[in-house]
Amino acid sequence: MTINRRVFLGTSVALTASLAAPMIARAQATPRVVVVGGGSGGATAARYIARDGAGAIDVTLIEPQRVYHTCYFGNLYLGGFFNYDDLGHTYKGLASNYGVNVVHDWAVGVDRDAKTVTLASGASVAYDKLVLSPGIDFIDGSVPGWSVSAQSRMPHAYKGGTQVELLRAQIAAMPQGGVFAMVAPPNPYRCPPGPYERISMVAHYLRQNNPTAKILLVDPKETFSKQGLFQDGWERHYSGMITRIGPDMGGAVVEVDPAAMTVSIDGVAEKVDVCNVIPGQRAGQIAFAAGITDGNWAPVSAYDMTSKVDADITVLGDAAAQGAMPKSGFSANSQAKVAANAIVSALTGSRAFPARYSNTCWSLLDTDDGIKVGATYEASADGIVAVDNFVSQVGEAADVRAATYRESLDWYKAITSDMFV
Amino acid sequence: MIKMRSILGAFSFAVLAAATSPALAEGDPAQGETLFRPCRACHMIGEGAVHRVGPHLNGIVDRAIGMAPGYAFSDVLAAAGAEGRVWTEGSLDRYMAGPADYFPGTRMVFRGVRSETDRQHLIAYMLAAGGRSEAGAQIAETAIDPEIAAILDIAGDVAYGEYLSSECTACHRDAGGSDIPSIRGLAPSVFIAGMVAYRNGTREHQVMNTVARRLGDEELAALAAYFADAK
Repeated sequence: MTINRRVFLGTSVALTASLAAPMIARAQATPRVVVVGGGSGGATAARYIARDGAGAIDVTLIEPQRVYHTCYFGNLYLGGFFNYDDLGHTYKGLASNYGVNVVHDWAVGVDRDAKTVTLASGASVAYDKLVLSPGIDFIDGSVPGWSVSAQSRMPHAYKGGTQVELLRAQIAAMPQGGVFAMVAPPNPYRCPPGPYERISMVAHYLRQNNPTAKILLVDPKETFSKQGLFQDGWERHYSGMITRIGPDMGGAVVEVDPAAMTVSIDGVAEKVDVCNVIPGQRAGQIAFAAGITDGNWAPVSAYDMTSKVDADITVLGDAAAQGAMPKSGFSANSQAKVAANAIVSALTGSRAFPARYSNTCWSLLDTDDGIKVGATYEASADGIVAVDNFVSQVGEAADVRAATYRESLDWYKAITSDMFV
Repeated sequence: MIKMRSILGAFSFAVLAAATSPALAEGDPAQGETLFRPCRACHMIGEGAVHRVGPHLNGIVDRAIGMAPGYAFSDVLAAAGAEGRVWTEGSLDRYMAGPADYFPGTRMVFRGVRSETDRQHLIAYMLAAGGRSEAGAQIAETAIDPEIAAILDIAGDVAYGEYLSSECTACHRDAGGSDIPSIRGLAPSVFIAGMVAYRNGTREHQVMNTVARRLGDEELAALAAYFADAK
């Protein structure tokens, strides 16, 4: 085991290795936490466990990407409100400020009896507590005709990074008067307002650059998050541009042909110029490899986010079946802090406090027209339940909407600091 | 008005104090009362006014800057008062135009009143509602709001406060943002007054009202103790 640890430590950045050196010397006595996935859940958990453990806990973060691009605010990049580079964040702060061992590799397996995680490189990492925060993967066959192999023709752009860049390039290359289509996902999925904010941002871009273009939204759901607010915004800002086909009009009976660039709705094929397919979703693959899923997600205790299958495994964010919280970066960040407190307490005997969660999802409709929805939550035996909530109202004053948007910009800086700095 | 504007831009306080008298005649207390409504989120004025998030504003005109007893002022305002500076109509006008521009380091989270006319209405209202301070005749200092005083009396559990603070840091950066301020280092009286106002709904903000409504007195005391010491 010690040999394995040295091997993978050697592959991480030099700075990390030098800071981690004292930890190697006392590794046998120091409890080990391994975090898989460096997004809102995993990065926050690694940061808080390392910070609050204050050297008494050895924290390893396994994340294949060196630069993490947030999924949230990717829509603002599509609309031209945010720079792509500003979506990117590195793990240098976690390594240098908190001594987290950052390992850029894929976690491919979990041996729950031996308490080890297997990496794609072949190395094996031992843990006392394992945190899985792998985000989402897509359900095969969710949208007939679409598979991951078609994602360059019909991007999902529903994980941060290159897919979002690709979608932006395709929108920019649309012919004048062309058609942008989106196939929206069925519930439950990451970021409930996300597809509809994206429609707003694509409409904003097209209104400026391609005003005769049309947007076709094919949606299998009867209703969606902040629906009244979005539809009011679309009518005010993009009247006549957006057509939504709900399940009553065949929106749930959809098939795509990436080669022909067609979307068939209830058997009628439409030729489109860009097709953003956001398929049905499930927990990231490592949750299945670990054998802790039930259906598409990994059920957890609402009190500390530990797996209902294995108490030494914590599941955060989108991958967890936890109850009432939406799958969002804000939720994952909130859950990670509750879990970090529980893990540090279990490993060091420090004080544990009751679980309390919160979430806010901001969306941008058009320039200076921001809306938000959010809630506070607590734990119950039946899962996480809402305590209180709020949502923007139709007809709010322009200055309220502008302030909501500006606050979302401040939030973005704050949450990414809370994860990485 | 045009003349006023150029004077305001060019001259010092002493000149301003003298020069603003004619302009004050133009300020309408009734319009000022309407304009003052959003200020009430933080400031009380008139009969029974006490310190809230911000200090009460009775006798604000000609009152020593940053000296009202019972309120924890920012260092910059306290220092101005220690130098003997007072709130004249002119300095109030400058401050209300952009608090952080006039007194960098002030804790007053407010962008400012752009319209000079509106500022004159506000000053006229504050004079009408809260009077002018006179040497030796300052309006008697009132006690701190009892709800806030009760929370200030609780010995805050700093470790609990640190845990609870993680809910705040998802949006409040230490460095502060343009619209979401830093809350690190706030004096407990300021922090608690602010949160009580959000909890009661006297200060309105959808997110903060929702967050504050589930914070009990113990939680507020713990958070205040943590943020006061947090570096």
